[in-house]
Amino acid sequence: MFGLNKKDRSFLLIVIALTLLTPILLQPFPAGSELAQFNGGYPDLMQKIAIFGIFAVGFNILFGLTGYLSFGHAAFLGIGSYAAVWMMKLLTMNVIPAIMLAMVVSGLFAAAIGYVSLRRSGIYFSILTLAFAQMSYKMAYSVLTPLTNGETGLQLALDDPRILDGAAEGSSLPVTNIFGLAMNSSYKLEALGRVFTFNVGYYFCAFIAILAFYVAIRLFRSPFGMMLRAVKSNQQRMTYTGLDPKPYTLAAFVISGMYAGLAGGLLAAMDPLAGADRMLWTASGEVVIMTILGGAGTLMGPVLGAGVIKYLENIFSKINEGVLHGWFSFLPDGVEDVVIWIFARFTGEGWHLTLGVTFMLVVTFLPGGLIEGLRRLSKRIKHGSQKRDKYDDPDPEHRPDPGKRVAGE
Amino acid sequence: MGILEVKGVGKRFGGLQALGDVTLSIEENTVHAIIGPNGAGKSTLLNCLVGKLIPDEGSVTFAGTSVLGRKPHEINQLGISRVFQTPEIFGDLTVMENMMIPCFAKRDGAFRMHAIESMEQEAELIAKAEAMLADVGMLEKREMIASSMSRGDKRRLEIAMCLVQEPKLLLLDEPTAGMARADTNNTIALLKEIKETRDITIAIIEHDMHVVFSLADRITVLAQGTPLVEDTPDNIKGNPKVKEAYLGETQQV
Repeated sequence: MFGLNKKDRSFLLIVIALTLLTPILLQPFPAGSELAQFNGGYPDLMQKIAIFGIFAVGFNILFGLTGYLSFGHAAFLGIGSYAAVWMMKLLTMNVIPAIMLAMVVSGLFAAAIGYVSLRRSGIYFSILTLAFAQMSYKMAYSVLTPLTNGETGLQLALDDPRILDGAAEGSSLPVTNIFGLAMNSSYKLEALGRVFTFNVGYYFCAFIAILAFYVAIRLFRSPFGMMLRAVKSNQQRMTYTGLDPKPYTLAAFVISGMYAGLAGGLLAAMDPLAGADRMLWTASGEVVIMTILGGAGTLMGPVLGAGVIKYLENIFSKINEGVLHGWFSFLPDGVEDVVIWIFARFTGEGWHLTLGVTFMLVVTFLPGGLIEGLRRLSKRIKHGSQKRDKYDDPDPEHRPDPGKRVAGE
Repeated sequence: MGILEVKGVGKRFGGLQALGDVTLSIEENTVHAIIGPNGAGKSTLLNCLVGKLIPDEGSVTFAGTSVLGRKPHEINQLGISRVFQTPEIFGDLTVMENMMIPCFAKRDGAFRMHAIESMEQEAELIAKAEAMLADVGMLEKREMIASSMSRGDKRRLEIAMCLVQEPKLLLLDEPTAGMARADTNNTIALLKEIKETRDITIAIIEHDMHVVFSLADRITVLAQGTPLVEDTPDNIKGNPKVKEAYLGETQQV
């Protein structure tokens, strides 16, 4: 079924189940409780996790498989957003054509940028992609203002043509939809003292994300995926085996650029505006961090990384000193101030510190990313905690039983 | 007319004349050894044959086609496979994947997108790769990660990867360099078996005279970038010029 083997199939089914249940799983704490702050089950965050999951999965096709570290992938995210918003301005508020155009346009840009950047490898490739992304950012900000609306960002307007939708009625901007079903409509369910929000936009993103993830699995397992890993492993052997690495890397670059464009298009589909900030180098760095945090080269890692980072960003940045006062009011005055001061460094504006510390710990102790952590954990649970590596194996030849050796000599 | 014809090839690196007027003909289905002291230009010559270097003058013709100006992967597609001094394999991949890659390259050429197909569909190529692994006695290691194997096994795998492409010419660059005696002997045995059972021409660059004299049908001695003499192993052993240039030094040791 689906052209996957048994292991991948159950893997995909787990991912589908997790995605469908996200609105429930991310809402573990009852509304009104102290910990309700940590509930992440609201549409905006869930959409972002799905969208950046797609972005990171695509980035991982390039970085995880071929080892080429692109530092300018946010450019394709931004280009996708602009393309999608233009489609909504000119043609229709239905998100399908917008997303398709986003993928096509970012794919074209990726082909052009990749063709030039892939002439070099290693750090030079990274710098070239970074340069292209910054160039795109600056151009979107200034020279290309007629196309991008400069620093204000590209927005919908009442007098946009929207050929397929016909004339706008009333004085409010139309909302993005899929065949009439508005992206921002939600069904709220109150149960078990919690409010679960089932949002159309989220489920649309989730559907696309599952599709994108499925394509990524197929690609990883295909002969093409193997060739990309061969590029990472030994380009010299590859050329002397009669293969040309360049079209392989370019194809990977374009595919991952299209994933980024898809993510950008979805961002615009959820909230129809596109700004140059989306192309900034920090945004490019973010997807690198997501991929490495989760586990580069693994299927699930980038999604996990994207989820963790977006969760930290949205939840920790909301915890301000007022919230902290609420939590620690039981402490004596002097102690409370000290504790709040310390916590405030890591929350609110300081959430980047939390991210930095997490990233540092993961890279130092789990070089394979969070996925490796999960794998080790499940191994512990299954086999107990005896063996850690091959050096723990019994090795009678080099480390004979001490008693015997003494007796023999 | 040999399968590989090198005529008047010269190569300079700045002021250094690495190769000068090298003319050499390798006959089909023979083992041709190229020997010579350090700095004689053996590796430079080999690099000129596979497209890594472009000679300044002269011509290199393989089976009637000029290889000059072609990229390394195009030259491989003509039917020349190369084994490196240090085994060049796909270290992060399994032994079986290492074997599948040359199979795909042979069937599909330099580039083809098999992005949606699965590996399991390629039963024909899998059978071919497995048969080759069985031939070199590595079938039971098929799921091992290639970089975790011994030097001798890596060399064996690299040779198998070249052979599975059914090349007309196999180039070996010091195939036993840095190997233990047992591994060297295994490699010699493997190469002998290849020579006897397959329709293949082998050109070998080697320092180890034991390897050269147990394999070669003809030997070319290079000294200071030019061929000194070309003859059969027996005649080379007795040739005073060769002794002076090369063998003399090593035999005294």
